Amino acid sequence: MNTPAVAVRGLVKRYGAIEAVRGIDLEVARGETFGFLGPNGAGKSTTINILCTLVEPTDGEAEVVGLDVVRDRAAVRRRIGLVFQDPTLDAPMSGEQNLRFHQELYGVDRRRAPARREEVMRMVGLWDRRADPVATYSGGMRRRLEIARGLLHSPQVLFLDEPTIGLDPQTRGTIWDYVAELHRTEEITVFVTTHYMDEAEHCDRIAIMNEGRIVALDTPDALKAQVGADRVTITTDDDETALRALRSEFGLEGAVREGAVSIAVADGAGFVPRLFERLGSHRVTIRSVTVTRPSLDDVFLAHTGTTIRDAEAGPSMHPMAMRMRGR
Amino acid sequence: MTTTMTPEAVRVPVSSLATEARAAAVVWQREMIRFVKDRSRILSSLAQPLLFLFVLGTGLGSLLGSSEGAGSVAFTTFLFPGVMAISVLFTAAFAGISIVWDREFGFLREMLVAPVSTASILIGKALGGATVATLQCFVLLALAGLVGVPYDPLMLLAMVGLIFLMGFMITSLGLLLAARVKQIQTAMPLVQLVITPLMFLSGALFPLSGLPTWLAVLTHINPMTYAVEPLRSVVFDHLDVDAATRARFDPGIVWGSWTVPVGVQILITIGFCVLLLSLAVWRFRRTE
Repeated sequence: MNTPAVAVRGLVKRYGAIEAVRGIDLEVARGETFGFLGPNGAGKSTTINILCTLVEPTDGEAEVVGLDVVRDRAAVRRRIGLVFQDPTLDAPMSGEQNLRFHQELYGVDRRRAPARREEVMRMVGLWDRRADPVATYSGGMRRRLEIARGLLHSPQVLFLDEPTIGLDPQTRGTIWDYVAELHRTEEITVFVTTHYMDEAEHCDRIAIMNEGRIVALDTPDALKAQVGADRVTITTDDDETALRALRSEFGLEGAVREGAVSIAVADGAGFVPRLFERLGSHRVTIRSVTVTRPSLDDVFLAHTGTTIRDAEAGPSMHPMAMRMRGR
Repeated sequence: MTTTMTPEAVRVPVSSLATEARAAAVVWQREMIRFVKDRSRILSSLAQPLLFLFVLGTGLGSLLGSSEGAGSVAFTTFLFPGVMAISVLFTAAFAGISIVWDREFGFLREMLVAPVSTASILIGKALGGATVATLQCFVLLALAGLVGVPYDPLMLLAMVGLIFLMGFMITSLGLLLAARVKQIQTAMPLVQLVITPLMFLSGALFPLSGLPTWLAVLTHINPMTYAVEPLRSVVFDHLDVDAATRARFDPGIVWGSWTVPVGVQILITIGFCVLLLSLAVWRFRRTE
């Protein structure tokens, strides 16, 4: 079990003149929740489709749990669970019928199949609705059912392609709760793509992809640390004294913005206790304090020079065109 | 969340004939679930064959003025197996083309990414279409007595078998047509374009004797012809008709001077089943 869950070397995928994936290297350890971030059209779906054996790479190699995605296609498919960006449920069938269908298709042991169905449906909170047609499910429920279905055959790697797309923020949070829950109950690696930067927080490590290349790869915290300092904002009784104290005690230049003193420091959370102690000795009363960490949007901006939204609007990779090709 | 999962509990077995068969079986089962749920489809698809049989059949029959004497046969009797075939044609073609819905709603993807062969999925579909077409024909078979066809158990059994085979062939054709179609709107005209000629050129509505050469050639290259004729032959085997009437209404299929035996016709139909399904599998493998 020492082989990585996912190993990619020099992966390239061209569709005619369009180079969707331009040579990426990647390794994902067992048990990780690995996030794949980037705007629409960055090449995330193409990469995930290659890993899931649905698309053949133009060049390079990709292995899932030590098996080559081109040569050992069927073996890879038996070991992975898939949740696609677009829904793949049969609406007239009930939730449980959909799951039973999947088990039969994957040849899951019939004696254990009903118990496993119940397990996964309870896990995503759909057991009570098992007999209802999927047509009556909400978008979030359908997503949860698809995640449950992806787990039915106990895959070693679960691929989630934009599992939260089109869902409201609250439901998105719920989906991530289930993903976190997964690691407590299953020995599983989760490989997830998203273009919501805030969702990267739920991952152990993330790769940021833009225009077919991986532009950054690290833990969310490390990536944020790369882009720079935290921002500590305080409101005080006496801003002038506070600024002077900051200069003399810490050698820091604060700035007054919108009636608050703002300071850039490397470790905001660690800085606050010292700040209170020292400013207290200068008789400055701190009324409130906020620590703002750099967001992953800042990370993306730092690595690509554009914001996610601008990248998506860019002409070089039309998101719809990429989605059509990704199928 | 108190449930604990045992990761080693459920593993996917290595592909074998048994897993492929299970996959085909569950695809078939899904077609059955849909059939049972969609009662309105069952009723509406019965209307057309009934109109053909009792309205067109009776109307044209009076025009032909078939004599009432012993050994003769009513036009509706002649039409009975043909109408059966038309019912199969439309039901099965629809069943095949329905895979476009599966594609549009994404479920096709769920099926095709499974660690089983595309052939197993499509065989399950074709068996499902054949079963649905056969089940629909039971209603028509029950009406056999109204058009002078006896309720002979052996005849009925043979008809069911032939209908199933025809259903499999036409569903496979529908799947083949659907292989490259991405939208439902495109699928329907395509079906009309292909199915209607198959119906008219199959001998379902008129006997294949004394046709002009161009029409004879077209009917002879139509796969449907070789599926319809055994059905009519079985019916006529169980009718009390003289040789002249039989030759007029059921001339069989003649290649040059060779009358193709029913057994060979059935083999040709089986051949078409294999061919059409293989082509469909090949096309689906290439596109998905």
